Amino acid sequence: MRLKLATMALAGIVAAAPAMADLVFPSLSYRTGPYAANGIPFADGYADYFTLINQRDGGIGGEMIKMIECETGYNTEKGVECYEATKGEGSLIYQPLSTGITYQLIPKMSADGIPLHSMGYGRTSAANGKVFEWVFNYPANYWDGASIAVKHLLEINGGSLEGKKIALVYHNSAYGKEPIRTLEELAAKHGYELSLLPVDHPGQEQKSQWLQIRRERPDYVLMWGWGVMNQVAIQEAANIRFPMENFIGIWWSGSENDVLPVGDGANGYKALNMHLPGDDFPIYEDLKTHVYDTGLAAGAGDQAGSVLYNRGLYAAMLAVEAAKKAQEIHGTAQITPSMMRDGMEALVVDAALMESLSIPNFGPEFDVSCENHGGSGLGIVQQWDAAAGEWTQITDYIESDKDVINPLIAEDSMAYAEENSVEMRCE
Amino acid sequence: MFYREAGEYRTSYVEDGQTFPIAFDRWRYYLVLAVAFLVIPFVINDYWANAIFLPFLIYAIAAIGLNILVGYCGQVSLGTGGFMAVGAYGCYKLMTAFPEVNIFFHVIIAGFITAAVGLLFGLPSLRIKGFYLAVATLAAQFFLVWLFNRVPWFYNYSASGQISAPERTVFGHPVTGPETEPWAAYLFCLVFVVVLAWVARNLTRGSVGRKWMAIRDMDIAAEIIGVNPLAAKLSAFAVSSFFIGVAGALFFAVYLGAVEVGEAFGINKSFLVLFMIIIGGLGSIFGAFAGAAFLVLMPVLLKNVLVGGLGWPTDLAAHLEFMIVGALIIIFLIAEPHGLAQLWRIAKEKLRLWPFPY
Repeated sequence: MRLKLATMALAGIVAAAPAMADLVFPSLSYRTGPYAANGIPFADGYADYFTLINQRDGGIGGEMIKMIECETGYNTEKGVECYEATKGEGSLIYQPLSTGITYQLIPKMSADGIPLHSMGYGRTSAANGKVFEWVFNYPANYWDGASIAVKHLLEINGGSLEGKKIALVYHNSAYGKEPIRTLEELAAKHGYELSLLPVDHPGQEQKSQWLQIRRERPDYVLMWGWGVMNQVAIQEAANIRFPMENFIGIWWSGSENDVLPVGDGANGYKALNMHLPGDDFPIYEDLKTHVYDTGLAAGAGDQAGSVLYNRGLYAAMLAVEAAKKAQEIHGTAQITPSMMRDGMEALVVDAALMESLSIPNFGPEFDVSCENHGGSGLGIVQQWDAAAGEWTQITDYIESDKDVINPLIAEDSMAYAEENSVEMRCE
Repeated sequence: MFYREAGEYRTSYVEDGQTFPIAFDRWRYYLVLAVAFLVIPFVINDYWANAIFLPFLIYAIAAIGLNILVGYCGQVSLGTGGFMAVGAYGCYKLMTAFPEVNIFFHVIIAGFITAAVGLLFGLPSLRIKGFYLAVATLAAQFFLVWLFNRVPWFYNYSASGQISAPERTVFGHPVTGPETEPWAAYLFCLVFVVVLAWVARNLTRGSVGRKWMAIRDMDIAAEIIGVNPLAAKLSAFAVSSFFIGVAGALFFAVYLGAVEVGEAFGINKSFLVLFMIIIGGLGSIFGAFAGAAFLVLMPVLLKNVLVGGLGWPTDLAAHLEFMIVGALIIIFLIAEPHGLAQLWRIAKEKLRLWPFPY
């Protein structure tokens, strides 16, 4: 018995020892609860990209990737538990895919010295690297999203939104409230009228909001929704016969899982995106050879090619590229979280890089700097084609209105700096 | 054998009326306190503090508070989440408005604010009872959450509507904010738990508690023997809300550091705390601790065993967790409808007779 215990203990040490040498990328995912429909494809894409790097390239710079998955259920309490449980494993970067959890983690991770990447979500003003040393939200943030949507509407309306009515249907949480300030500023600039329609968690009950839309007849509806709220909103819009091409969702409200349940009624629905949809990229051949065909695909393996699966791939790709950069800067394959941060801050994503990663033109070109943690703020508009069952890109990359957004970012991040007495960096 | 009254001679009324009349029980209680104060702070790390001890201690306060109202006074309440939100937002407003005042007093004052709000929402209890009262308190839950979402003054006009706790110190050690050492946060909460549990225990076995229990058992009879239902019911609401408010303030300031009212203090929270006292045992301080421990620790334990130990997929483990916790709740309640506290009582009775149970 004693011998058995000793062997087990030894086996435990042997098993744990090489694990220490791996590069640890935790995945705070949610495959359960009202947000699972969106959480699953992202988590699968995130995991599959790491598997691909391990299988095809033998890890990053010769170091294998170890991904620890932890279920948060989009719940902040569980998110904290997951963070505390995984941070001791040498975790290099966190991407919680939840604005609530991101807000929770910003102060904790800044104190612990681990970088946080909230890609297109989280606290928008974290784009100001002078204040937020450990937080990144490239390639685009919510305020960029709001501005891109308004720019798209300007384009449709020949450059003027004077006298138009725009309604914002939003998840009544930190996430949904993020764009309000920007949309108000833009309303003052472009002369449209903004009305706000909050939807409470989890968002299955939206009858009154859409009744109000039916009564007020806004020209356009914007949506900041997530999880089951997206499907319900699109269904309700179809029910009141709201013209779908005037209904635009943020990039978190534009996946297949949001529109498929509505069927033909969803045809013409638009959403923003920060990368291209579809599986028409050479990387999918690699994924097929190294991941799908070898039975290593995460989850049920049925999400490949969907918008949020692509986003998971993209998030993992940005993390891996930052890790490569960190290895290059510090000349060691065995990087620490603070080296990872340096890598993220020096990250440059250009067409040549995306070409070399077999995802040509997949996302916008951008570079990160000490001051700018927010990337270039570019996005496309995509439209749902119900008959073909796919998203089609209908615009080129649109740049957000930096004249409006930059002062807002400066104001909000300075307020944070003052509240938490943060010293300015990059000077 | 070792757990018995025999051989204990009490010579004063005070000795006879103490909370733990049996010496073994008393020593066990001192031992738990000693371990909690003198051992755990030295060995605790971030994970144990933030995933296990802080939620356990804070939910224990909330459960004691709700137990006073539901278990001792018999007034069913579903407003716990809303009252916790009052405590949290009260504490936040005080922390930001008076940064020079010690956080300790902010938490206490937040409790008093919640007591006042609880008193207000307790007024209907004078007219309505049982399920109808539950519905009235449910209204409080939804109204309070809506209020904190709707009125920007409560969250200091922040863009996201979130409130986040700035750093505050006690004796030079931060207890809120990201720089907090796990032992500091743990001790801060532990002091509140011990003091409040002591207060609750002594309230419930004094005249106030007897009045509450008289109201719970039969309010008309209680009124006939001279218990004022207005004073008894409203005092139960006030005291209960005070406890829940303190729990909410600690939940926000020490445990999470940043909250969003709809997510952190939604109706789920009300049900969670209610389940804690039902599983733990209505009308028992120990039951509040047992119930909080059960519902906080069981999911964490199951997750660590299923995902960490057996390496199962996280979604499967999460679903199984719901099923196992649900099944355990049913099994426990069938085995002992009066909760874990009753199991504990039976165990103690058995222990008294052991090893010769006739």
